[in-house]
Amino acid sequence: MAGMIEVRNLSKTFVTKDANVEALQNINLSIQTGDIYGIIGMSGAGKSTLVRCLNFLERPTEGTVEIEGRDLSALSERELRAQRAEIAMIFQHFNLLMQKNVIDNICFPLLYAGVGKGMMSKKDARKRAEELLEIVGLTEKAKAYPSQLSGGQKQRVAIARALAANPKILLCDEATSALDPQTTQSILHLLKQINKDYGITIVIITHEMSVVREICSHVAIIGDGHLVEQGRVADIFSHPKTKEAKELIVRGRGEERRTLESHQKDLMKGKCCIRIVFSVNSSFEPVIANMVLRFGQPINILRADTKNVEGIARGEMILSLPDDVQMQEDMKAYLTERGLAVEEVDGYGVD
Amino acid sequence: MEWTNEMTMMMVDGVRETLFMTLLSTFFGYLLGLPMGVALAVTDKNGIRPNAVVYKILDVTANVVRSIPFLILLILIMPVTKLLVGRSYGTAATVVPLTVAAAPFIGRMIESSLNEVDRGVIEAAQSMGAGNMTIIMRVLLVEARTSILVGVTIALGTILGYSAMAGIVGGGGLGDIAMRYGYYRYEEEIMLVAVILLVVLVQIFQTLGMRMSVKLDRRQR
Repeated sequence: MAGMIEVRNLSKTFVTKDANVEALQNINLSIQTGDIYGIIGMSGAGKSTLVRCLNFLERPTEGTVEIEGRDLSALSERELRAQRAEIAMIFQHFNLLMQKNVIDNICFPLLYAGVGKGMMSKKDARKRAEELLEIVGLTEKAKAYPSQLSGGQKQRVAIARALAANPKILLCDEATSALDPQTTQSILHLLKQINKDYGITIVIITHEMSVVREICSHVAIIGDGHLVEQGRVADIFSHPKTKEAKELIVRGRGEERRTLESHQKDLMKGKCCIRIVFSVNSSFEPVIANMVLRFGQPINILRADTKNVEGIARGEMILSLPDDVQMQEDMKAYLTERGLAVEEVDGYGVD
Repeated sequence: MEWTNEMTMMMVDGVRETLFMTLLSTFFGYLLGLPMGVALAVTDKNGIRPNAVVYKILDVTANVVRSIPFLILLILIMPVTKLLVGRSYGTAATVVPLTVAAAPFIGRMIESSLNEVDRGVIEAAQSMGAGNMTIIMRVLLVEARTSILVGVTIALGTILGYSAMAGIVGGGGLGDIAMRYGYYRYEEEIMLVAVILLVVLVQIFQTLGMRMSVKLDRRQR
């Protein structure tokens, strides 16, 4: 069965004065209807060029791109524009019209571009735009200008604009790379929902493994212009074959740990936390255990670590103390008495 | 020297003639310069429809006209002026060389305004299937409008300055008055009044233009 997007033997070479840069070499991809397909790679790997070949914003030097069986290179300029209206795209920097308000931005594809051009009245376009704003949850921002919105809100407007012409495919070029982890989560959630509710095939270009793991069903790994590995996300995660895949997965763990930590930090807000540092001498006495026995109150060890400071091993602990203020003071005094450095910290970590 | 009624009348006429020349030339200047600037920006090698030949022709034309000193241009195109207006002297006749001098200057300013528009927004419009004409009318000119308005303000000031030289061909206006009385007759008070009026006009154009461009800009606030 032919897929929604079929890429065959695609190569793209940029000709510059000094040299020919081979951005992509012999790429083969098959993306099925309803997939959320991740394309991941380090920056400069050629993934942005690849996604632009899917709607012919960049023409491939060699090879073909077929959308639902139609070869894009065989289309006339006019046909290609009509085809593009079915392939929506969102961007890292949102690319909204800064001089137009939210509603007018969403109306743009309905009134001026693609199939809807000249077919829809201004009134109908506004109505459709308002429906779309509701889908992305920004009804109250209809009259706002992009400069008055946060990054996440701008991307929501861009998604509403992308959905306006009822596309079959949504291309996302690093759509969450300019957003913080929480906002990224909410945008990914929205994309997932759009995929489920409207059956839109989504292609996601990213350098973050966490994005792929979060929502993609399939993934292709691009390294240095070549497609090095592709398949179901679960398979690649459990059995990465190539060096590039392994590297990206390891890097992904770091990203995950950071989001986990920041989550815990939020939970610990308002709790009294202290950081204690053991020197070599104080390690002989089981200080924490003794303290718990003495005060008869449980304490929570949030983190324990040994660090090598100037060649001497030092233990470090982050403790969350009971809510009773008097008890907190007594415990701090107890620890200080035993020669430990005690320091109050804000929330969870020190890093 | 006694300030007479006639002198006041002369100043009023001077302001009227200066405004007539400046506003009309700016209008015709944009009629020619706007399409020229759009064509320059669009056919640029980084534009939405690169065309080296068209770009080069416009580029050279703009440079040639801009490098001819205005007084020389004024005399050089007198035959054309006569053909268009019916005579080669007077206020109306001055509008022709002023327009010719202003158009490439305006074209360059439009070009630079359009080049400032974010590539990403253009790419977004292309990805939606927008054609080049739509991109020009609905993206480039809309996104650049603040910058274009600042350009209009600058153009008005510059053309007003040029119009003062039109006195040479009997063009009239405040510049003409300042030259005739100040330079030829040493009547410095009259010259001073004319110059002050010129300054006031430029000041008004500048203030209005800047206020409007800020008011129309949706990026700040």
